Amino acid sequence: MADGNARNRLAPVPFRGAGFAPGEHRLGGAAALVALVAIWQAISSFLGVSPLFLPSPIAIARALWRLIVEGDLLSQIGVSALRIAAGWSLGASIGLVVGLAMGLFTFARAAGFAIVSALFPIPKIALLPLMILWFGIGEPSKIATIALGVFFPTAISAASGVDSVPRNLIRMAQSFGLPFADIVRKVVLPGALPSILAGFRISTSIALLLVVSAEMVGAEKGIGAFVLQAGNLMQTDQLLAGVVVLSGLGLAVARAIAMLEKRFSSWR
Amino acid sequence: MLSVESLDLFYGDAQALSGVTLDVPEGEIVAIVGANGAGKTSLIRAIAGMLKPAAGRVFYKGADITGLDSHRVCNLGVGQVAEGRQVFPTLTVRENLAMGGLLPRARARKTGNMERMLELFPRLRERLTQAAGTLSGGEQQMLAIARCLMGEPDLVMFDEPSLGLSPALANDVLDTIVDLNRKGLSCLLVEQNVAASLEIAKHAYVLENGSITLSGQGSQLLADDRVRQAYLGM
Ligand SMILES: Nc1ncnc2c1ncn2[C@@H]1O[C@H](COP(=O)(O)OP(=O)(O)O)[C@@H](O)[C@H]1O
Ligand SMILES: [Mg+2]
Repeated sequence: MADGNARNRLAPVPFRGAGFAPGEHRLGGAAALVALVAIWQAISSFLGVSPLFLPSPIAIARALWRLIVEGDLLSQIGVSALRIAAGWSLGASIGLVVGLAMGLFTFARAAGFAIVSALFPIPKIALLPLMILWFGIGEPSKIATIALGVFFPTAISAASGVDSVPRNLIRMAQSFGLPFADIVRKVVLPGALPSILAGFRISTSIALLLVVSAEMVGAEKGIGAFVLQAGNLMQTDQLLAGVVVLSGLGLAVARAIAMLEKRFSSWR
Repeated sequence: MLSVESLDLFYGDAQALSGVTLDVPEGEIVAIVGANGAGKTSLIRAIAGMLKPAAGRVFYKGADITGLDSHRVCNLGVGQVAEGRQVFPTLTVRENLAMGGLLPRARARKTGNMERMLELFPRLRERLTQAAGTLSGGEQQMLAIARCLMGEPDLVMFDEPSLGLSPALANDVLDTIVDLNRKGLSCLLVEQNVAASLEIAKHAYVLENGSITLSGQGSQLLADDRVRQAYLGM
């Protein structure tokens, strides 16, 4: 074709847009954090801020070390981690099942979306008193509150993940006579996985938020109770040491999910 | 071998096909030419049983297959290489091929067929354990064709098989189709590359806004002023 040849002779037009593509810069990020801590330390050391009001990073590190070696910080973390693990697994597994059903079946979709959109906006911590009435002040009420908070974002992300699987791909699998269960397992689930993992990212941070809140309301152990108690005793350095532990916990979970995402999107 | 009679198809209120009639004789390549949105993909999906036509009949080897489920149509020997390839991106090349070999008509000979496909497309052998989503466009098209052939079809409907491929790769794909046709495969070919498809097709139809407006031998249409103007830009 004549015009095809003419097109081939034209030099490719270089892409002229620029920006909107922030790159990665590991050192830059680390440097910014170090600078922030250094400034904080400088303010505490040289401006004479009361350590009761804002302890220096070094004081916090010292408190953290003491709590780990002499105190029972590790077992406090363990208690909280167990609550998160139990509540999150419960909420995420039920949420996954409900969300997948919402993506796959008409009835579940109609009912599910109605119920989920009605209950999703409730701040779940507001239900803790009700959970305590139902299950008592012990572990079950905390776990149930976390599970409730995790359930909704998981269900929504699973349902929209199923929606995002190309219909044509599913039709193709059907035309080969693939049984329903296999279509779900081999085509729908892998296609929905990125969205499900994005939901995990949200639901784990919700779980962390809820465990701290629940432990502040009524618990003897756990990192939330520890932070609250340190505040009541005006032990600001210990309070902030607890906060550092919490942010470490959050980072560790986020890192684990990022690794999962990498592992499951390697085909892209 | 395949004949379509007065097929009507709707998406809701919008009519996508009206009164489409065409014939694919055994052992031939028949081309369908038409602009974007003319209804070519809809026609293929209706024949394949993925969409139910509102009126009209589809006959295959004398039997009425109108409205059959897609896996039944497939199992009768009508294969489809769908628009946009539709390989399963997270599954490996081998798993994709195995999927095509699930059809009851070909299941017993799956292992042998897989070996045949890997001989036909050696590139796929090198990539057997690779996820199909990581293949290049050309390799994915080869995989889509091989997966379809795993079902031992007698007739294959190709929907824009060279879409998005470089000219050289597009030629490879068309050569493959001609080759398969020489070995006895009947083909219904929808191609954006109108000139090339009319060259290899014995018979061709022009589809415009859901209706057949012109038909004839491929070489005839290639010389037709209307076709040259509308689709060849001459
Ligand atoms: N799933 C769908 N829902 C509604 N309309 C559709 C759908 N698929 C295709 N159409 C419409 O049907 C017409 C024919 O489309 P299609 O068969 O894809 O054409 P072609 O393959 O020739 O480009 C177009 O007008 C298109 O917008
Ligand atoms: Mg099309």
